[in-house]
Amino acid sequence: METVPFNLKFRWSAQNATTPIVKDTDKSIVQAIKIDHLGVSYRTQEALRNISCTIKPGRLTGIFGPNGAGKSTLIKAMLGLVPVTSGVAMYQGKPLMQQLEKVAYVPQRSQIDWTYPATVWDVVMMGRVKKTGWLRNFSTVSRQVAKSALQRVGMMELSDRPIGELSGGQQQRVFLARALTQEAEIFCFDEPLVGIDQKTQSVVFDVFHELAKENKIVLVVNHDLGESITHFDDLILLNRELIAAGPRQQVFTEENLQLAYGGKVMYFSA
Amino acid sequence: MLETLIEPLQYGFMQRSLIIAVLVGLLCAVVGSYLMVQRLALLGDAISHSVLPGLAIAFLIGGNIFVGAFIAGVVSTMVITWIRTYSPIKEDAAMGIVFSAFFALGVTLITVIQKDNKIDLNHFLFGNILGVSIDEVRDTAIIAAIVLVVVFLIYKELLFYTFDPVGAQAAGLPVNRLNFGLMLLIALTIVASMKAVGVILVLSLLITPGATAYLLVKRLHKVMILGAVIGVISSISGMYLSYFYNFPSGPAIVLVASVIFFLAFLFSPRHGVLSTMLSKGR
Repeated sequence: METVPFNLKFRWSAQNATTPIVKDTDKSIVQAIKIDHLGVSYRTQEALRNISCTIKPGRLTGIFGPNGAGKSTLIKAMLGLVPVTSGVAMYQGKPLMQQLEKVAYVPQRSQIDWTYPATVWDVVMMGRVKKTGWLRNFSTVSRQVAKSALQRVGMMELSDRPIGELSGGQQQRVFLARALTQEAEIFCFDEPLVGIDQKTQSVVFDVFHELAKENKIVLVVNHDLGESITHFDDLILLNRELIAAGPRQQVFTEENLQLAYGGKVMYFSA
Repeated sequence: MLETLIEPLQYGFMQRSLIIAVLVGLLCAVVGSYLMVQRLALLGDAISHSVLPGLAIAFLIGGNIFVGAFIAGVVSTMVITWIRTYSPIKEDAAMGIVFSAFFALGVTLITVIQKDNKIDLNHFLFGNILGVSIDEVRDTAIIAAIVLVVVFLIYKELLFYTFDPVGAQAAGLPVNRLNFGLMLLIALTIVASMKAVGVILVLSLLITPGATAYLLVKRLHKVMILGAVIGVISSISGMYLSYFYNFPSGPAIVLVASVIFFLAFLFSPRHGVLSTMLSKGR
């Protein structure tokens, strides 16, 4: 078993995992998220208008746009975490918000109270709560999954540390480990690159690329147009409406950036 | 020394009030930890003030006062959520509006009916622990058992929800039901504590022991356990102070809890004001 190349193992499991028999040779289209005319309003303010696009598995997808463009709102609307006024995000023929057990979502670090009395271990184990189910204790398997996730992000030695005593980058890696323990098919990260150190950034992108290689859907909200943009395969460019979506080279044009950001934009030419 | 401590126990009323004080000290510390970590201390205040009209109405119609208080507490949290959701009023303002309105209604009702029903407004506001009956001890014990068992059973879900409500929702947990469940636990706890310390001082038992423990330990279940120990110590010492020095019982318990908090505030190894000053001076 150990000698089987990873991509072969995946193909085997992918064929077993997709229950409906679809005569579509391109598996990636079957398993893509299809966002269909999604709209969100907060009271009287329209936050997102009529967003339609496809998010493919096996690719690192970045959501870009200026402040207040509705980047975080797009993810929350797809998952049903904010009320939508129109449209839906579909995954494998069903609304995504009805199959959240396939999703690992990491909120913005700033939305969390890091003085909460919990250790690194406590937070990572939260990723196993749903899988464990009501009235049950965490299994040995769950503990093992959490341990390897912590090792993957280089936080195992700090597992007993209170979360209030971590640096910003360490906090982000704890959340990354929590997402990994969820063993999801779809990973959504809200601004994971804000205020983190160089080491964390390289760990974060390594994990993102690995997940994409395992044919997961990896969706990352970002606003930094610097060098890190070259990590992304696909881009979704937003400013309350969809400006462009698709492969990075096609989306990342001066014209599109003008449309999204307006005025002069400093960016890394990719 | 030992004889002095045993002496009060020969009286039935002291036995009953000590039991209820211990139960309430333990229960409030555990449930109050959730209020503290969610920064919802004011909600505890809101619910505790809001139970008053429920008590009064229960007396008027001859119903069970625990049930009346519980319904009023739940209704008040529903009205708070209702105002917050359907208007631009923020949660803290909504709480302020609702709890003072309920409290005013409760004080009015009790004042009107207290002569005919031989009840005393002061007992509701500040508790009447020396007057508890064996039935009330039993009711409090049952509520405490139910609440503690529920907290134990859904501990991991509540930990996730209170730390990261959006993340918990995204993981597919039923966050609305968890939130409502938590409100029920808080309302039940307050109702069970009314006899001991009254609706005004119950907030102290909910917040102070947990906050004290929070200065000393760094995981939620440890905050709950240490908080419960501090709550129970406060209750017992408060009752003895009240017996020997003729202090009012509820306030005596609260004062002991506050003194313990202040000691932790000064001397906690990690956060203590004095201990950090000393270690800096070194």
